[in-house]
Amino acid sequence: MQRIGVFVCHCGSNIAATVDVKKVAEMARLEPGVVFADDYQYMCSEAGQAKIGAAIKEYNLTGLVVCSCSPRMHEATFRKCAERYGLNPYMVEIANIREHCSWIHKDMEEATQKAVILARAAIAKVNLNAPLQAGESRVTKRALVIGGGIAGIQTALDIADAGYEVDIVEKTPSIGGRMSQLDKTFPTLDCSACILTPKMVDAAGHEKIKIYTYSEVEKVSGFVGDFTVDIRKKARSVDEAKCTGCGVCQEKCPSKKTPSEFNRGLNNRSAIYTPFAQAIPNVPVIDREACIKFKTGKCGVCEKVCQAGAINYAQEDEIITEKYGAIVVATGFDTIKLDKYDEYAYSQSKDVITSLELERIMNAAGPTKGHLERLSDGKAPKEIVFVQCVGSRCSDERGKPYCSKICCMYTAKHAMLIRDKYPDVNVTVFYIDVRTPGKNFDEFYRRAVEEYGVNYIKGQVGKVAPQPDGSLLVQGSDLIDNKQIKIKADMVVLATAIEPNQGVRNIATMLTASIDTNNFLTEAHPKLRPVESPTAGVFLSGVCQGPKDIPETVSQAGAAAVKVIGLLAKDKLTTNPCTAQADELLCNGCSNCAKVCPYGAITYETRQVNDHGIREDRRIAVVNKALCQGCGACTVTCPSGAMDLQGFSNRQLIAEVDAICR
Amino acid sequence: MSVNQEFRPKIVAFCCNWCSYAGADLAGSSRLSYPADVKIIRVPCSCRVNPMFILRAFEKGADGVILCGCHPGDCHYSTGNYYARRRMTLLFSMLDFMGVENGRTRVEWVSAAEGVKFSTVMNDFVEKIRSLGENVRLGDLRCKK
Ligand SMILES: Cc1cc2nc3c(=O)[nH]c(=O)nc-3n(C[C@H](O)[C@H](O)[C@H](O)COP(=O)(O)OP(=O)(O)OC[C@H]3O[C@@H](n4cnc5c(N)ncnc54)[C@H](O)[C@@H]3O)c2cc1C
Ligand code: SF4
Ligand code: SF4
Ligand code: FES
Repeated sequence: MQRIGVFVCHCGSNIAATVDVKKVAEMARLEPGVVFADDYQYMCSEAGQAKIGAAIKEYNLTGLVVCSCSPRMHEATFRKCAERYGLNPYMVEIANIREHCSWIHKDMEEATQKAVILARAAIAKVNLNAPLQAGESRVTKRALVIGGGIAGIQTALDIADAGYEVDIVEKTPSIGGRMSQLDKTFPTLDCSACILTPKMVDAAGHEKIKIYTYSEVEKVSGFVGDFTVDIRKKARSVDEAKCTGCGVCQEKCPSKKTPSEFNRGLNNRSAIYTPFAQAIPNVPVIDREACIKFKTGKCGVCEKVCQAGAINYAQEDEIITEKYGAIVVATGFDTIKLDKYDEYAYSQSKDVITSLELERIMNAAGPTKGHLERLSDGKAPKEIVFVQCVGSRCSDERGKPYCSKICCMYTAKHAMLIRDKYPDVNVTVFYIDVRTPGKNFDEFYRRAVEEYGVNYIKGQVGKVAPQPDGSLLVQGSDLIDNKQIKIKADMVVLATAIEPNQGVRNIATMLTASIDTNNFLTEAHPKLRPVESPTAGVFLSGVCQGPKDIPETVSQAGAAAVKVIGLLAKDKLTTNPCTAQADELLCNGCSNCAKVCPYGAITYETRQVNDHGIREDRRIAVVNKALCQGCGACTVTCPSGAMDLQGFSNRQLIAEVDAICR
Repeated sequence: MSVNQEFRPKIVAFCCNWCSYAGADLAGSSRLSYPADVKIIRVPCSCRVNPMFILRAFEKGADGVILCGCHPGDCHYSTGNYYARRRMTLLFSMLDFMGVENGRTRVEWVSAAEGVKFSTVMNDFVEKIRSLGENVRLGDLRCKK
């Protein structure tokens, strides 16, 4: 028989205000196995833990039930506490009477009754607990970063500087991400390439960093400390070792009609291309769908002009298999499609553009060489209207419910840059709210209004109508003066909502990391563990976790790196001892269990068993404790009831069911 | 159908540790209420739930049992919820045949970020069980003592 101590926490008033904690302790004393029950203000505090320790000694306790907050919060704390006072840490169970009780119920009597039942279930379980011993697993001292935007680059640099090897896998032909597409950056207006390129060069030159561009993660197996990853390195059709990056092939390539991804389709690129001048690596790829050689077998111009002999049409995709201890997701974002927003005439007029397209237009290396001009007729605009929150903070199905966070600031930036360079251009911004928290951010926005005379109007734009003369009639409301406004504009810029990059769902599935309803990756705890995913060994960096500007992205990237370094610095990890085990006498060697195990943890052995005096050789399931992750799939599949899961055994779970239904 | 508000059903909710239990925690920290009739049992994964546990609950007088796991494709162990889904489809149709109506059993996918969904699902499920009334079909006299 177990000797159980029950400890009911007040959690200040978080629990005690709705649950009669004394009553819970009193009722617990009546349960089988319970020899001691008490309540205390803060069970997790030093004093609370000392109380538990004293009770363990005084009452010779063999098991503990703590009625408190979620086990996801403090199970580890109380396990450590038990261990400190000489109890096996797995002799502790938590009754979650805060998140699952006091915080969601208002009626004291009802909540108390529920807390009593939850305590009862935990007591019933502990009665059947057995001491468990945690095992150890190794740590591969190398990290993988998926996505080579500023987030991925910064995380990789920080990990590498601490002395660990890092691989970056980037989907496109170059690292750099969205930041490489930006012209100037708020809140200082320095040139994006000037601050990004050195970091790209640092990453490429770092002895601990390996970069796979034009590559994607294809398969992930394993677990924290010991992931195995297949990387598909897509065929570039250019030999990276031979190419000198001279650029002659791109110049001579006759196929020049493919919309440039980098310039958001505002101009065209050749079939063999590097996305932008500072690309890293400075090695082009052949877009096989656009290449004449691949389509018709003729051409071959690039091969002829390449002095280095680097063109290789026969190159094939390569699969690289590598082991990693930690994985960081840094897959970033894209802007949403505007096909559901007909009222802004985006698809009807070339002069209605997104803010990201404006970045390319303002950029000296962009499609207009940095001249602000209308894409329809090349004329200089005199009247520009910015529309905020296009698809952000949207209550209907068309857009996103969240605030994209960066648009207020980049629009102030765009407005200011335009007024600075072209003082005769009128700039009007329609906004719902201007949100500019952040260091030097509100000052930045006020400069746009006060120094640069940008006309901010609180109100929404209802319609943008292209006129026969080529202008755009913008109809909006002014909520402060309560009137309708019409502006004849030459150009309309839409601050388009951002969303996680396509393919992130696939990545999340491979990593078994969870994503939210907006496809942003979920953090392990929204406040306390913002850069870790709930899946051990998987970390989050940059906009893939939620909208962010560059300063925030870089801070988060560093934080993710610290978590990775903390993990890689360990030589061994303790493993979860809640693993499966087959009862030799019940197992009939049917092989059902191995078929459902996702980790291949189950094998079969012939063993001599002594079944009630009869000795015979039998085929029996054996679980590899290092591989088993404790899901329990095998336990349900087993037709003989032989397979059971330690820590969540059939008897323990049935005891909980019984206690709840009693 | 008239709903008896006096009737307080016994409802067991099995929640996987990685998504749904965390979703329930989030419902809690966001103070999104649902009836106290729901009692949660934590399991490592939805695939840990043996049909026997559910039969046992009904035998012992549960009025409804709900199993919550990660969304398909998001299971922490990759495939656990697919097993759970197939097992429960079979079990629930057998239970229906035995007189435990389909409304008393349910599988829901709730992620760690879906506190709102968790509370909505539980409110809805309790409402449903209240409308069905007390479960008598599997109550076994020997089990109840
Ligand atoms: C119009 C506009 C203007 C902006 N102006 C500013 C500004 O002035 N100041 C400021 O601070 N911020 C600005 N921002 C925000 C800034 O762009 C972001 O904060 C920053 O780019 C986020 O970096 P990231 O690395 O998280 O994502 P990204 O830059 O999107 O990088 C993600 C990388 O991952 C790669 N990737 C995606 N999926 C995969 C996959 N499956 N496998 C491998 N690789 C993958 C992508 O190709 C990309 O290279 C602006 C944004 C916009 C849209
Ligand atoms: S509990 Fe899961 S991981 Fe462990 S042996 Fe069984 S099926 Fe495999
Ligand atoms: S399923 Fe059960 S009986 Fe069959 S091999 Fe596995 S443990 Fe043995
Ligand atoms: S871990 Fe949630 S369903 Fe498998």
